[in-house]
Amino acid sequence: MNTTRGFTGRPRAARPGLPPGQYDAGDDWPVLSAEVTPQIAPADWSFRVGGLVAEPRTWDLAAARRLPASGYAGDIHCVTGWSKFGVRFGGVSLDAFLDAAGPLPSATHAVAHAHTGYTANLPLADLTGGRAWIVWEYDGRPLAPEHGGPARLVVPHLYFWKSVKWIAGLELLDHDEPGFWEQNGYHARGNPWEEQRYSGD
Amino acid sequence: MTETATHTAGTFTPPARFAVPGRIEVSGRAATTWRTATLTEIRRETPRASTFRLAVPGWAGHLPGQHLMLRLTAEDGYRAQRHYSLASAPDDSGHIELTLDRVPDGEVSGWFHTVARPGDEIEVRGPLSGFFAWPGDRPALLLGAGSGVVPLMSMVRHHRARGLTVPLRLLVSARGPEELIYAREYGTETTPVFTRTAPAGVPVGRLAPGHLAPLLADPPAGGWEAYVCGSNAFAEHASRLLVAAGQPVDRIRIERFG
Repeated sequence: MNTTRGFTGRPRAARPGLPPGQYDAGDDWPVLSAEVTPQIAPADWSFRVGGLVAEPRTWDLAAARRLPASGYAGDIHCVTGWSKFGVRFGGVSLDAFLDAAGPLPSATHAVAHAHTGYTANLPLADLTGGRAWIVWEYDGRPLAPEHGGPARLVVPHLYFWKSVKWIAGLELLDHDEPGFWEQNGYHARGNPWEEQRYSGD
Repeated sequence: MTETATHTAGTFTPPARFAVPGRIEVSGRAATTWRTATLTEIRRETPRASTFRLAVPGWAGHLPGQHLMLRLTAEDGYRAQRHYSLASAPDDSGHIELTLDRVPDGEVSGWFHTVARPGDEIEVRGPLSGFFAWPGDRPALLLGAGSGVVPLMSMVRHHRARGLTVPLRLLVSARGPEELIYAREYGTETTPVFTRTAPAGVPVGRLAPGHLAPLLADPPAGGWEAYVCGSNAFAEHASRLLVAAGQPVDRIRIERFG
């Protein structure tokens, strides 16, 4: 072990729920999008599920809101090192959208697309079973544009670059196809508990 | 609507095309190997920022704009790691430089600013990420604020060291002259913007449309590749100014603190 002379670090307050190499961002919620924040009116937002599905489907915000309400309350983890505890997102479980479109048995992966053109790839198994949401509320309020509003994907058990802001669609595939950061050296899956930050981790 | 079962991700057409492709391929091996780096020099840049020069045996080399991950390890095995932009231009000196702000209560930056001295060893891995890299090919319009100038300075230094003729301009925002990192190094490519205090005769104020208009009214052949780095507030402000001045959104690369 290469100890650093004179480095003691923060007090070792046990913080259950903090993945390896992460720190608690407290009240901060850093914005790390690599592109210009788009100004999308709620009326102009839409979400499409296509690719390997029985029936491609598209929802606008009003139609999405008519699906059974669901939400995520818990922690999120960014690959740059911060984790944020006790966040509350409100929206609809991604299962509700996927069930309506009907994934074909051959579908194994998905590429999530943003209205900006940003993409992230995910195994379908990470998007189903109550582990992913399309959300438009944060702490009971409309999601701010810089955090992905009108609506974003939230997949909280993976590093947060997978939780695509300004979500526009989900394309189901029978193979893995790297997204934006994944083409730029980042890990294909991004599990914070295994510290899968970069390709090869 | 009918769709075939031979879909690929390419069939999805996003309503806009803001996100831009990365500039380079990234080495997975360099990104995953922790290397021991030895601190060889500390230079004060401003009252709040210093440059730390590190000898890194086996450093794979980097492009301006890339960053690394750095970790410190306590006696009990506790580790703290952070991402930092590379300040130095790529060269064959076997050394790299980082310029770090002293963050209040900063766990890692605090160690660098109060404990670190030449001879100390730390660990680094990288270089990382190809998105914000500038290979020195396209005309570069660089907008930075505070320590957001660090990866942009790597580009300026690279431009000089290689004698590149491709146009490059830097607009760097600082609260005042004493807070301007690398103040002595800037040349005619750079325009400082002072937001709180300025030398006599220099206006005080934020980065404004007037700073960008002359550059974007008459862009170089092929247009500018814009690189924006700083706080989220600065990045939002600067990127909106760029879009308003006509810079295409898919030619704007943003790196925000955090």
